[in-house]
Amino acid sequence: MIKSLLKRESELAHAKKQLDILSNGIFKQGELPTFKAKISETNQFPLKAKKLEILQINVGYMCNQTCSHCHVDASPDRKEIMSKDTMLQCLEVIKNTGAHTLDLTGGAPEMNPHFRWFVDEASKAGIKDFIVRSNLTIITANKKYHDLPEFFKNHNVHVVSSMPHWTKGKTDKQRGDGVFDASLKALKMLNDVGYGMPDSNLKLDLVYNPSGAFLPGNQMAMEKDFKKALLDDFGIHFHNLFALTNLPISRFLDYLIASENYEDYMYALVEAFNPNAVSNVMCTNTLSVSWNGYLYDCDFNQMLELPVNNEVKHISEYNEKLLEGRDIVVSQHCYGCTAGAGSSCQGTVA
Amino acid sequence: MQKTYYDPADLKKFGKISEWNEELGTKFFEYYGKVFEEGALTEREKSLIALAVSHTIQCPYCIDAYTGDGLQRGITKEEMMEALHVAAAIRGGASLVHGVQMMNKVNKLDM
Repeated sequence: MIKSLLKRESELAHAKKQLDILSNGIFKQGELPTFKAKISETNQFPLKAKKLEILQINVGYMCNQTCSHCHVDASPDRKEIMSKDTMLQCLEVIKNTGAHTLDLTGGAPEMNPHFRWFVDEASKAGIKDFIVRSNLTIITANKKYHDLPEFFKNHNVHVVSSMPHWTKGKTDKQRGDGVFDASLKALKMLNDVGYGMPDSNLKLDLVYNPSGAFLPGNQMAMEKDFKKALLDDFGIHFHNLFALTNLPISRFLDYLIASENYEDYMYALVEAFNPNAVSNVMCTNTLSVSWNGYLYDCDFNQMLELPVNNEVKHISEYNEKLLEGRDIVVSQHCYGCTAGAGSSCQGTVA
Repeated sequence: MQKTYYDPADLKKFGKISEWNEELGTKFFEYYGKVFEEGALTEREKSLIALAVSHTIQCPYCIDAYTGDGLQRGITKEEMMEALHVAAAIRGGASLVHGVQMMNKVNKLDM
């Protein structure tokens, strides 16, 4: 298994280096407009945070996989894990938030030793949609995780899982050898307890990321193809497919540069810029909490160490009213969320 | 004079064709867009046909465009290569089937 950029001591493990690349070169020379300049053309700068709808909490960067496109640089070698104290601070917020969605992510969130306790406590807050982003293979990785489908069901968790393709070759290339077979096994286990079945209230959605330097196709058409292939070939059911664009940060940025696709990819993102997607980008209704409790406009800004532009910086000092209306922090990676039909953790936005 | 006949950057300028004849250019692009909409065939199937035809007519712009389009649609490299072999078989077959003409001629003239 490949190691994280951090473990490899790559300079791209550092947010500053990534931001340097995104701010210089073709953007510095004026070949392409900066994101700020582009959204200014349609009077959409500065982007403002609206009323909070989604609270996304990253409970740690540790993962049992090392996917080649991962924007978190997650891996088994990452040790950043949310402590129980920080989780307690998050729970205070969860009990009082006006957000309708709680979204737990990682790494593999299930690898946090306090994960089950946290889900148990958070589920008591009665938030309408409680998402756990599971990479699927964690369910089959170790006997202690085999009962996760039942655990999710008991807490009425909405499971959102990554699946880059319905074929083994494309999936394993992006997510690692054996991931496709393990993912199918996990999906069957989830189906067996009712997840993803037609008319079931146990929601199972899949996330598609392109396995290379190209943008995702039409979400509805992809969903149709995924559903047909997974059902016909493997008897697997799921509800919705979210087609996400890979943002040019962290390991995907590393891949783009190494494969000499960086400039072409940025051109593709800028050419596909859709001003209609800007008003609905997820940072305008989402708040991202890092493993150590700091607040960001989105998970991508978290990885680029671009904190919220607000006097409230940490979950311990959380104040929803103060955070509302803040200016969103943007850079050139934001083009990833405004290309084509737009992209967010909930799929397309335009 | 430029040193190559094909420049990948020219593909992005395709729309400029309309600048010298707006009426016909507009009509063409409307037709083009309509052709690739889902109908009796899916957009995915049409993309594979376009890829195969691109190779038959050996259009570098089209090959670039429909390889990228196929990847975006989740078309696998195995599917792409099979489509190309269909194109190659028809193209090769088109040469070979003329062999019948050759055979007819030989049979007519040869003692």
